[in-house]
Parts: sequence; structure tokens; C-alpha cells
Amino acid sequence: MGDREPTIIAFVCNWCTYTAADLAGTSRLVQPPNVRMIRMMCTGMIDTKYVIKALLEGADAVLISGCHPGDCHYINGNLKARRRVRLLKEILPRFGIDERRLKMTWIGASEGIDFANTIKELVAEIKQLGLNDLRQKMIL
Amino acid sequence: MARAAKISVKDRNPVLSFQEFLKALLATGQVGAVLVPQHLAAKSAVMPTLVTDPEKLGEADPFAPSFPMNAARLLARLTRKPTGGLIAAVLRPCEIRAFVELVKLKQGSLDEVLLIGADCPGAFGNTDYAGYAGSRGIESTLKFHAELPGQADGAGLSPACKACEYPVAVNADLMVCTFGMDVFDSMVVKANTPRGEEVLEKMKLPEATLPASRDEAVAAVIAARTAYRDRMFQETSDATADIEKLMSYLSNCVNCYNCRVACPVCYCRECVFLTDVFDHEPEQYLRWAKRKGVIKMPTDTVFFHLTRLAHISTACIGCGQCSNACPNNVPVMELFRTVAHYTQRAFQYNAGASIEDEPPLSVFREREFPEVTGGKE
Repeated sequence: MGDREPTIIAFVCNWCTYTAADLAGTSRLVQPPNVRMIRMMCTGMIDTKYVIKALLEGADAVLISGCHPGDCHYINGNLKARRRVRLLKEILPRFGIDERRLKMTWIGASEGIDFANTIKELVAEIKQLGLNDLRQKMIL
Repeated sequence: MARAAKISVKDRNPVLSFQEFLKALLATGQVGAVLVPQHLAAKSAVMPTLVTDPEKLGEADPFAPSFPMNAARLLARLTRKPTGGLIAAVLRPCEIRAFVELVKLKQGSLDEVLLIGADCPGAFGNTDYAGYAGSRGIESTLKFHAELPGQADGAGLSPACKACEYPVAVNADLMVCTFGMDVFDSMVVKANTPRGEEVLEKMKLPEATLPASRDEAVAAVIAARTAYRDRMFQETSDATADIEKLMSYLSNCVNCYNCRVACPVCYCRECVFLTDVFDHEPEQYLRWAKRKGVIKMPTDTVFFHLTRLAHISTACIGCGQCSNACPNNVPVMELFRTVAHYTQRAFQYNAGASIEDEPPLSVFREREFPEVTGGKE
């Protein structure tokens, strides 16, 4: 199992973190290619089931990243997302899913460097933590 | 606020006396309708009925140890728009707590409701009740209550009731108290709210005080049930400690979603699991199967339960109707109550306890849970 690279599903908001990711790219910052990015209009629209499904299907980590508090394009979607992440961090570990597989960050549109660093750190952390063995399993 | 009145029981038949109390509510025009469970012609079924004619309460039996559905949903239907009259709803404490959750989710209203809740010794599961009551109707209820004092542990009752630490309807307008009293002699109706007080005032019943024996009896019931509950939490946590174990826990689930239908607080008007989102293309299934070599059909069983846990565990009031509705005896209630205990604790929330407390997922604070975002707020 050690032969595959970790897969990270990133739900990022259109206004801040996606723009930061774009900036990281156009700035030619080097970052590991392990992330599958899903652009949402706001982290506030990320239902808990998206995270659950990703992890059950074998994603090694899920990243949710949006605007800094106070900067949300929709005023407070990011703060609603934070409550859902808190909820998931209570539920998932009860079933043996390491809570470190779910990460939430605030990355503003101008913070391309932050974005690249966040991805680097997350990939390193997940490599240390090990891969999600649910990927090969038949999940009922 | 502490007004209480005595209902003297005639002919050692508390069910009849409860009926008369409801009859008087209707006859004096204090309420326009009563929502109350009644024995149906088949006699082994006790279903909620909406009664406007005081003469049609003959089979009403709020004391029957039968709990075929959580009527909070029905009351939400009756109150989602104003009707201009008061409806008295005779509910179990867990039904009242579920209704409180629905009101907070704007699916019902307390404006035109008089909540009446009796001390709840618990109920049988659906099939067990049919076996217990047979066709003896109200008579079987009287037998149940006669045998109660010797059965504080709730033997034979549904696991949800054995684990329920809320046997008393503290958030009802009128609380019918029977614990620690000879229910074949008298009951005490206690008003918990101004509305309850006003109604009770007009009933012209003799004043009463609650005997100390009731507090003791309530405390004993809560202690026994809390102990059962804590054992259940431990056993369920152990049995579902990883995804493998969770899968074996849920292995008899056939994705019928009866638990979702029966759940009073599963609040979506349309469940995503019934929408096109899960109406996958045939090729999609084959692609999934190819990737892993084998997939279980129907798919998404664990996904469904985990999603429901994420969606409604903070509102779960532990009525156990999910387990009651399960055709394959999957211990759904045990799983939901256990997880709900921890998710509600995470948000310092107690589902159904108060109309004031905000549901955790419909509010937020500017500064909270810094650990979620790596210490940054």
C-alpha cells in the first residue's frame, strides 16, 4: 500500500482560497500534485456528506479552506463551515477515521504562498500518518 | 407558576379519568381539538387521532405502553400555519422534545398548542405491544400500570425507553404526574407554563400538591435509565469503533430508509438519498465495481447512516422510532443515541430541552472552536 501517493480532496471557496491557489500557480510556487481541488462558491455550502463520501471512498485527507473570518463573500459562510467541521471531527474519529484527515484553514485571495505551504505541510503530514485503507475495501 | 390540581380516579380506571379530563377541555371550549392516541378497531393498534367531538374520545388511551410513531411530526403538520384555535396535544415526553426541535427548525409552532405530557414509564416495541395487548385494549393498559411498581427497570420495554433519562414532560404546558402515586386512586396535573396555568384555572379541579414520593420515584427511574444508557453507550462505542466494525454493525441494513421516515427530527422535506443524486447510471456502478473488484449492492449504506448522524444527531431526542421502524433489527437507536450524546456535548446542547437554546448547526459565533482551524480564529 505504500506505493501510492496520497490523494487530498480540497473543497475551496471561489473568492479566497481558490484565488490563492490560482496565485500560487501563476507565481510558479512548487507544490506537491496530490490535491484534487473542488471549487465551491463558499465553504458554507459544503455539506457534511461531501466530506464523509470522500473519506469513505478512500481520500487520504479532505481540506476545507475559505476566507478569513470577516472576509467571507457571503458574510459568514466560513463560520458555518467551521461548525460542520467541528461536528465531523466529533463523529468521524468514533468510527476510527483519524481526525487529522480533515483539515480546515483560512487562506485569503492574496495568500498564494500560504496556500502552497498548507498543501506541502498537509501532504507531509498525511504521508507520516499513512494512507487511508478504506480505498481498497468494500464499503457497505 | 406551581399550580397543580388533583384528578380523582373513578372506578380505579385512570384511562377513563384522563379521557374525562380531555373531554372537559373540549366541552368547555378551552381547546378546539385534541391530538391523542386511541385504540383502533383492531385493538392492538394505538394511533394518534385528532378529536373535535368530546363524545369521540371513548378509546383514547395516553397511558397505553404503545408507541407506533413519534407524533411530533403530526403536530408540526397541524401547527405549521395558524388555525385560530388551541389544539391540545397529548404526547410522550420524547415527542414533546422532538416537537421543540421541529419548532426551532421552523417546522411547527407552539403558538396554538397546549402540550400535555404524562409521566412516561416507557413503551413496548411495535411487535411486542401487539403481543402484550392482544385485543384487550384499555384493559391491557390498566394491567400494565398495575404491574408497573414492581418493574422499575422497564423489563420488556423497548431499549430506547429503558435508556431514556427524560421520563417526565418538564416542558409541557400541563404535566400529568403519576410516578410515586397510586394511579388507580388519583393523579396530579401540574401547570408548567402560564398557558397551562390559565387552562387549569378554568378546569375547576381541586388544588393539590405533588407528594414527595413522586420526586423520589422520578429520581429512581432516571437513575436506573441513566445506568442502562451509559452501558449502552459503552457497548455501542465498542461495537462500532472502526469502519469494519461499523459495517458489521450495519450489515443487515437494506437501505429501506424506514429509520429516516420514522425519525421525527430528520427535517428535510426531501431527502437527498431519494433524489437523482443517488440515481446513478448503470455504468457508474460498473466503474465502482471495477475499481475495487467488488461493491455491495445497494451501495452507500454506511454513507447513509453517517450522513444522517452528521445531519440530525445534534437534534436526536432518543425516542427510538428508528429502531422501531427497522425491519431487520439493526440497532439504529443505540448508534444514534450514542453519537448524539457526544455531538450534543461538543456544542453544549441538549436536544429538546428548551425552546431557547439555539440548534448548533443553525447558528455560529465569531470566535469559537479555534482548534478546528489550527489555533487561528
